Amino acid sequence: MATAAKEIVWQHDVDAAIAESARTHRPVLLDFTAAPQ
Amino acid sequence: MYPAPAVTALIDQQFVPVRVHIKENPTAWKRFGIRWTPTVMALTPDGKEVRRVEGYLPEDEFLGQLYLDLGYACANQKDWKNAQHWFDEASKLENTDAAPEGLYWEGVARYSATHDHTLLRQITETFKKRYTNTSWAKRTIVWQK
Repeated sequence: MATAAKEIVWQHDVDAAIAESARTHRPVLLDFTAAPQ
Repeated sequence: MYPAPAVTALIDQQFVPVRVHIKENPTAWKRFGIRWTPTVMALTPDGKEVRRVEGYLPEDEFLGQLYLDLGYACANQKDWKNAQHWFDEASKLENTDAAPEGLYWEGVARYSATHDHTLLRQITETFKKRYTNTSWAKRTIVWQK
């Protein structure tokens, strides 16, 4: 049985993400979008 | 770009991903000077911009840009070993714009780790055979002397 591709768990708070980045040493990836919600 | 499994897996494993919608967070758009959509920007763990990609890219091109993001983020911290790894990954995506850029910076990362000047000439020789018409090849000409 095929497994579904894992989905990205997007955060929405930029500064919280930067704080997490400092803890985990992973860079932040910001995706700026205006796509219809 | 995101439904592609290779892209999704790389973002999930290597980045802290944040989606910023203009209607929800116009302040962040202003803070980072966003002028077009989509814009995808990488930040170092201390919040400094590494680089940004403006406009849509197909899967392989976008994957290559993500590898470059990771390489530059490591290079900014003088983590040459990991920078070399990520630039090398970008260089393997042969038909993308990221490949010659990755090849160039993989060499720079190796040189930066060792200060072995012969590496720069090796990069020049590589660019004489591959990606000869790119700006990355032109940047190596100075090293052949």
